[in-house]
Amino acid sequence: MKTRESSNWTTRLRKNTIRLAYWTIAWVVSLALAAFGPRFFWDYNSFYSILAIAINLAMGVGWILANKRNLGDLDGLQQKIQLEATALALSVGVVAGLSYELFEDVKLITFQPEISHLVIVMSLAYALGIARGNRHYR
Amino acid sequence: MKNRLKVLRAERDWTQAQLADALEVSRQTVNAIETGKFDPSLPLVFKMSRLFGLAIEDIFQDEELARDKE
Repeated sequence: MKTRESSNWTTRLRKNTIRLAYWTIAWVVSLALAAFGPRFFWDYNSFYSILAIAINLAMGVGWILANKRNLGDLDGLQQKIQLEATALALSVGVVAGLSYELFEDVKLITFQPEISHLVIVMSLAYALGIARGNRHYR
Repeated sequence: MKNRLKVLRAERDWTQAQLADALEVSRQTVNAIETGKFDPSLPLVFKMSRLFGLAIEDIFQDEELARDKE
């Protein structure tokens, strides 16, 4: 009972996932280059630093568009799972981020809050949300 | 919202994967609809109606309406 339409949908989903993976890798690599390049490759030359950051931004835009396309092609349930996980990650990010900042403001921590810590917390919340959604609707 | 998806699928001897393929959704989605955990969108309901050759009311029933009739 396999139709041409359905196999097109499956193929499209697979292509979207692969495209998203490529954009993710490209963005991570460009971020690493922009972060470590000045120190290890071009001795803080402004031109190369600006170029590396511009490339990283461009890769970020590509990743956002690939993600949007991927989400748009998912079915209703998959979109619902993604929405719930994203909402959880965003809520946790806002609450944890502000508390983290507050910790530093009232001198409960002595180090400067790092945005990367927040990204890790949000990623974990997102992964938890996806796992919870898949478990609930399996 | 109750539905007869599982019965209709069984009558045609289709697997969840085959039905999912025909509807362009994941197998997980078919399972969630069959078990009543997820209500499908209107376009997907129309697609099911076309696929089974049945009216929407023959596939889905409003639980409150069914209760009122009883």
